[in-house]
Amino acid sequence: MDVLDEDELVRTVGLTKRYGGRTVVDAVELSVRAGEVYGFLGPNGAGKTTTLRMLLGLVRPTAGTVRLLGRTPGSRDPLAGVGAMIEGPAFYPYLSGRENLKVLARYAHVPLARVDAVLETVDLTDRAGDRYAGYSLGMKQRLGVAGALLKQPRLLILDEPTNGLDPAGMADMRALIRQLGDDGCTVLLSSHLLGEVQQLCDRVGVIADGRLVAEDTVTQLLGTPGLRVRAEPLELAADRARSLLGADRVRVTDDGLDLTVDPERAAWLNAELVGAGVAVSELRRHERDLEQVFFELTRGEQAKGEQAKGGHKRELSRGELADVNR
Amino acid sequence: MSTAELAATGPQVGTERPMSTGAAVAGVVRAETAKLIRRPATWLLLAITLVLSLLFTYLVPYAGYAGDTGGFRADLGLAALLPDRLVGNSIGGLPVFLGAIMVILGVLTVGGEYGWGTWKTLLTQGPSRLAVYTGKLLTLAVATLATVLAVYAVGAVTSAVIAAAENQAIHWPGLGDLFTGIGAGWLVAGVWAAFGGLLAIALRGVALPVGLGLVWLLAVQNLLAVVAAPLIGWVADLQQGLPGPNAGSLVAALGANSETPGVQQVVSGGQAAAVLAGYLVGFVLLGGVYLRRRDIL
Repeated sequence: MDVLDEDELVRTVGLTKRYGGRTVVDAVELSVRAGEVYGFLGPNGAGKTTTLRMLLGLVRPTAGTVRLLGRTPGSRDPLAGVGAMIEGPAFYPYLSGRENLKVLARYAHVPLARVDAVLETVDLTDRAGDRYAGYSLGMKQRLGVAGALLKQPRLLILDEPTNGLDPAGMADMRALIRQLGDDGCTVLLSSHLLGEVQQLCDRVGVIADGRLVAEDTVTQLLGTPGLRVRAEPLELAADRARSLLGADRVRVTDDGLDLTVDPERAAWLNAELVGAGVAVSELRRHERDLEQVFFELTRGEQAKGEQAKGGHKRELSRGELADVNR
Repeated sequence: MSTAELAATGPQVGTERPMSTGAAVAGVVRAETAKLIRRPATWLLLAITLVLSLLFTYLVPYAGYAGDTGGFRADLGLAALLPDRLVGNSIGGLPVFLGAIMVILGVLTVGGEYGWGTWKTLLTQGPSRLAVYTGKLLTLAVATLATVLAVYAVGAVTSAVIAAAENQAIHWPGLGDLFTGIGAGWLVAGVWAAFGGLLAIALRGVALPVGLGLVWLLAVQNLLAVVAAPLIGWVADLQQGLPGPNAGSLVAALGANSETPGVQQVVSGGQAAAVLAGYLVGFVLLGGVYLRRRDIL
């Protein structure tokens, strides 16, 4: 059912894109609420950019619907109040940064005075008169964000905004995004950088092989913290833990045991294990990070995909694994 | 990056008033005009247009006349270079050589967005694809008119100087003829520019559309007219429906010299204008349909 919450600035229902026989985005149900910084997370090639292009009307969905700020792509001026930078900045090389933004300001029908304001915001005022062709990648990226801010958007859609930035530039960009979120601007941030998403976002949607495999708050995705135990003999420790906590709360790993239990109960658990004749060498609080959650979700989805497609679906490449771990 | 100005960049619901189509198109025209004016290639194309026109319409024939060496248009004598021949002289190059430059202008205006990947940047600012396309076409229409006027201006000055140098009386064409000539030149230039725009949209780029456009204008069109039409009846008939021969017919009807490549009276001036107007509308509509239907990748 396509029912739009008043708070929902982005809502997709069954959003699908197929190119020939290949499904790039598969029935994605995305929901971004007003005021949040929403992380759209997925490895390269997962369908993030295609989804964002469909949101913005650049790519027509094969099936499904999109609503941005309550408007559909066919309505009058569907992108009013929406700023976006998709798949890297793209500007005219023969124009300066300022002239490029003036072109966009005329397109967007915003006062030209906005140009200097957004240049100041992204710290490009000093180089605004230089030709875009001479900009570094980081400067181009900042100009792209400046272009997205021209309309004073209520919803800002940023696709990999920290690509190409040096560490200081990345930190500044993240601070800007967080600040925009704090000021009430809703941000839909697409990224393959887990740390960035965990650091910035209130809620996260995880996409893998074109399917949205999870959508929740970062806290919910990370789940309840537990305890990690290293002990000898491990089997005896596992049996005792199962009898104390229940079998579903005990997972035997290569190193020891991962227990789903309130970390405050560590002293009690230690006493019980020692009392059962187990030598406990380590007992520590264990929290999953987004990386672990991400791999669990995307690998699960890949396995499903392989089954569905007779094992033809590809694994994450080594390069992609490196990307998501950055 | 400074966040000091964030208060000024924060969300403002008041800026979300939907843009009317007219306002959107007007904004696009302003932006596209600024882009076109600041683009070096625009001025290079204009310079080439004027130099070609000056050189082959006036200077080379005048050199032939003055040196009595014969050659291109030498037999026409001084009369062909005087102000009363301004209309025909100014539009004679449009069926082929100046037309090729108009194709390039059309491709650059529309296809540059594919080359630089800037469609997404423009379209996410709000105007619809058709508003952007309309704005680009209007800008292109102004640019082609400006080019035609510049060719007329250069021709007027040059022919007046030649007349003065040769002690000839200066007789300008009547205003009606002048405006008809300017309109015809604008129509032919517009057809070729729209053809360039269509090629750019269909082929989503710059290099291939420019190449194919030039091959059509400079090679295929001439081969059909000069080689195939005299030998094959249906190709001769086909000439009456193709844009190049109709452009040649229109400018020939208005006094362009038939020694100029592409200038040949195949059909009447009125019929040629109607066929060209049809091509203009066709190219524009087809480009709009393509742009509207296809994904921006």
